[in-house]
Amino acid sequence: MCVNLGILPHIIEVYIATVNIATVAVPTENLSIFDPVSPVSTTIRDLFMLVFGVIGIIFVVTEGALVWSIFRYRSKGDETSEPPQIYGSNPIELAWTVIPVIIVFILFLVTTRTIYSLDLQEPPEGALRVKVTGHQWWWEFQYEDLDITTAGELHVPKGVPVFIELRSFDVIHSFWVPRLSGKTDAIPNRENHLWFQADEIGTWYGQCAEFCGTQHAKMLIRVISEEKSDFDLWVANQQLDAAEVPTPLHGKEMFLSLACINCHNIDGVILQGGFAPNLTHLMSRDTIASGAAENTPENLKKWLRNPDSIKDGCLMPNMMLSEDQIDSLVEYLTTLK
Amino acid sequence: MLPHGHVGMMSVITTEVFFFASLIIVYLAYIGKSISGPTPDELLSLGLVSINTVALLASSATVVLALKALRSGNHSGFLKWLFATIVLGAWFLAGTAIEWTGLIGDDHFTLQTNLFGTTFYTLVGFHAFHVTFGVCALSFIWLCGFMGWIKEHHHQNVEYVSWYWHFVDSVWIAVFLVVYVVGR
Amino acid sequence: MTTAPYIPLSSKLHEWVTTVDHKKLGVMYILSGLFFLFIAGSEALMMRWQLAVPNNDFLPPETFNAFFTMHGTTMIFLVGMPILLGSANYFIPLMIGARDMAFPRLNAFGFWLFLFGALLLYFSFLGGQGLSGEEGAPNVGWFAYAPLTTTTFSPGSSTDYWIISLFVAGMGSIMTAINLVSTILTMRCEGMTLMKMPLFAWMLLVDALLILIALPTLAAIQIMLLLDRQFGAHFFDAQAGADPLIWQHLFWFFGHPEVYILILPAFAFVSEVTPVFSRKVLFGYSLMVAATISIGFIALGVWAHHMFATGLSPAVLSYFAGATFIIGVPTGMKIFNWIATMWGGHIRFATPMLFATGFIAMFVIGGLTGIMLAVVPMDWQLSDTYFVVGHFHFVLFGGLLFAIFAGFFYWFPKVTGKMLNETMGKWQFWLLFVGFLVTFGPMHMSGFEGMPRRIYTYFPGRGLELWNMLSSIGAAIQFFGFLLFSINLIWSLRNGKPAGDDPWDAWTLEWSTTSPPPPWNYAETPTVRSRRPLWDLKHPEDPDWEYE
Repeated sequence: MCVNLGILPHIIEVYIATVNIATVAVPTENLSIFDPVSPVSTTIRDLFMLVFGVIGIIFVVTEGALVWSIFRYRSKGDETSEPPQIYGSNPIELAWTVIPVIIVFILFLVTTRTIYSLDLQEPPEGALRVKVTGHQWWWEFQYEDLDITTAGELHVPKGVPVFIELRSFDVIHSFWVPRLSGKTDAIPNRENHLWFQADEIGTWYGQCAEFCGTQHAKMLIRVISEEKSDFDLWVANQQLDAAEVPTPLHGKEMFLSLACINCHNIDGVILQGGFAPNLTHLMSRDTIASGAAENTPENLKKWLRNPDSIKDGCLMPNMMLSEDQIDSLVEYLTTLK
Repeated sequence: MLPHGHVGMMSVITTEVFFFASLIIVYLAYIGKSISGPTPDELLSLGLVSINTVALLASSATVVLALKALRSGNHSGFLKWLFATIVLGAWFLAGTAIEWTGLIGDDHFTLQTNLFGTTFYTLVGFHAFHVTFGVCALSFIWLCGFMGWIKEHHHQNVEYVSWYWHFVDSVWIAVFLVVYVVGR
Repeated sequence: MTTAPYIPLSSKLHEWVTTVDHKKLGVMYILSGLFFLFIAGSEALMMRWQLAVPNNDFLPPETFNAFFTMHGTTMIFLVGMPILLGSANYFIPLMIGARDMAFPRLNAFGFWLFLFGALLLYFSFLGGQGLSGEEGAPNVGWFAYAPLTTTTFSPGSSTDYWIISLFVAGMGSIMTAINLVSTILTMRCEGMTLMKMPLFAWMLLVDALLILIALPTLAAIQIMLLLDRQFGAHFFDAQAGADPLIWQHLFWFFGHPEVYILILPAFAFVSEVTPVFSRKVLFGYSLMVAATISIGFIALGVWAHHMFATGLSPAVLSYFAGATFIIGVPTGMKIFNWIATMWGGHIRFATPMLFATGFIAMFVIGGLTGIMLAVVPMDWQLSDTYFVVGHFHFVLFGGLLFAIFAGFFYWFPKVTGKMLNETMGKWQFWLLFVGFLVTFGPMHMSGFEGMPRRIYTYFPGRGLELWNMLSSIGAAIQFFGFLLFSINLIWSLRNGKPAGDDPWDAWTLEWSTTSPPPPWNYAETPTVRSRRPLWDLKHPEDPDWEYE
């Protein structure tokens, strides 16, 4: 049934690509639901094509009838009597009740079948389990089997099912990476599940999809899928404690003496926090502030100078640091690879 | 066609049904979900509440008798039975007050204690609020009756208030079952 | 002709402030609704300015969040409800041959409660600072999900303003609903059985019943949230074991019927305008009634289609998908009935009919995108994205608002005795139609491209720039449409052509009295034999009652 309609996604993709080329920036970050890289999002995309086809037919028939009547039965202004008054027609009205019922019945069967086929409440064989917790306004990722805690960016091996146990620390959030799967809400006091499998290597973008307060707009997600060997390297690095520096840095002392430690953990150094992203391997991430800015020393300094300049209203207070303090801290932070 | 007031009062009662249904559904959803604090079977006893229930249900009977008296022109009978209704309603409220004094004063159990406290006081409290409103309305009618101001064209309106009263009593049956029977 | 007696302004004001006349109250409701339409529209314009380009800094996040909250809340509660219920107030008694509503004083009380609630909501911009100095107007989204709305995450008073103002305004709606049900069921004139009353009356009857059922649920959860926020209760306190989904279930039990509460009067307007301008009787009256009643029932059973991403079980998801599909059937029937009414007619495209036809065209699209959203796995991708924003604006703007304009242009002559200017009306229609499509069409594309709702800015390089720029350009086009409407309104009140009793050659009872109607509506309450009493009078050789 999808064979004949298979051309449709490509038509839509060409259309979107054409239109995108017409925009100022060719999308470097593609979040299109029509570009699935996971069996879950592929199933949804295929379902979309079928439904869109059905809806398209209904659209053409209905709007066609409307447009036809607009033109064919438009008054010329010179009629001398009223047109024939038709009060109703049982056969016609029956037809346009029964046919829609049949159509919705088919849609219902297709929908239900897809819901059950995508539903997974237990991790499948060989899956990677990740506990994802939504915070205002960042995502925390814990690979409990691997003893890794990180934030903002989720690394996964290609071709392996990833089973996510989704929770929230505060308000309702929603985890959504369109090319990998549909969204599922992260609700406090509740564990929801979602799964995907990245069948290609690459970086997949997403963001929080349930309004969760001031900086909902900048609560981004990156999922990086890589070859198993590269993933294992990443895991090995993440499992290490914070890198030891040959000469003790002033920045490290400062970090330990300031209020930073009340929120931020660094494995092997200080574990008093937990309310903010774990910084042990900060420099292994492409972005900071859950995707709000590129991870560069300049941005780190900007962040420390005033977090609101990158993410207005975020929960990290302005620590009122001097430029020297900021330089020392960033010197230290950049060693956390 | 139906008198306006019939449809009007039934519409009011409809809105109240859904209001209380929402409170009851939340109460049911939260049974057993309190993380800490006292539970219903620890705090609620059936004795006093059962007497209050009987009083309230009896007041539905007395208000029917009051209406019958009114319609048949028995003015003193009307005032007598209406007074009985008001007294029974006030008894219910007094009983609730006694129960709550015990819960709050002795057991230090309040709206803030836990989910049970939150849902209990809200559901029972809003019902009691509606009983209070009903008692006030009935008292006002009694006063008007006592002053001789009630004429024949007012009789239907008195009946509408009695419908409200019956509704409030039915809600109590539901609340009683949910809070004191199912929830305990 | 004798000159009218001089009435001092203070007496006129006193008359309006103390009135219990359904027509004056109706006018006050509608004028209030139009006032808030312009405010909510301005909020939208500012949001579209902010979103025209990525990483824009025209509005800070807190302000944007307050604007989208207030835009939605205002449009639904302070524009939709008053305009629709105000129109019902004005026209139901006239259409059923009555002299007023069943409870005129309750009617007035309801209006003033609505107005007070509305003003209280907007006072929050000034007074919302609260003890902790937090932001003014509510900024938690119009559906105010817990636990975001608990004091932990929304300190200050803004959410309290949301709760109290809507609770008060909601009481007003409930009172109007009580009045409508009572009036329609008990005050129809001689000969007007339920199956002979205008479809407008059927739509408003089902609408009012939905209000009686849905609004109290909203009131209940608002009270619960207020108890949490101000009295230390734990209804939505996850720490105490509460389930945040309780808010969602009960809110949407109100919220979904609410959108039918909004659209049924729109269906009513279109059902009155389409036959008159097609010069044909409404096709399939009985099935339209049956469809309306079914929609009323089914609307109460589909609420969780707003919650498909919350982790409900597959069985529950399937049920709600099925129920949502089913409600498409009676809704579709109505569309076919309207088109069948036009079919074979002599259609005059005066402004009311332009808007009614635009309604049908746009509502079909909005309904179809709704069906797409009912396909649960698709909803997992599209829920909470701009696709949904596109969907509901197609049904509420292209649908409801267009129907409101259709009704406005149709009935303005009856209310004021003057015609609205046709040229300006046509220009307004085309400006709004084009502007609407340019704004809301591309939103479906942004949704496909991964743009969630309720974000104050978005990142470049995601393919969203074109769609957002188009949406903002469309808003600018619409601005001129609304401006033209205001000019038309004011100009026509002064200079409009005199309308006479029946400018459109229509068939329902309101067109049998003067324009405007006298305070008592009918000197003698009429007796009717069919659904189109004036058709019978104008066509005694071929009256309706021989065919009904």
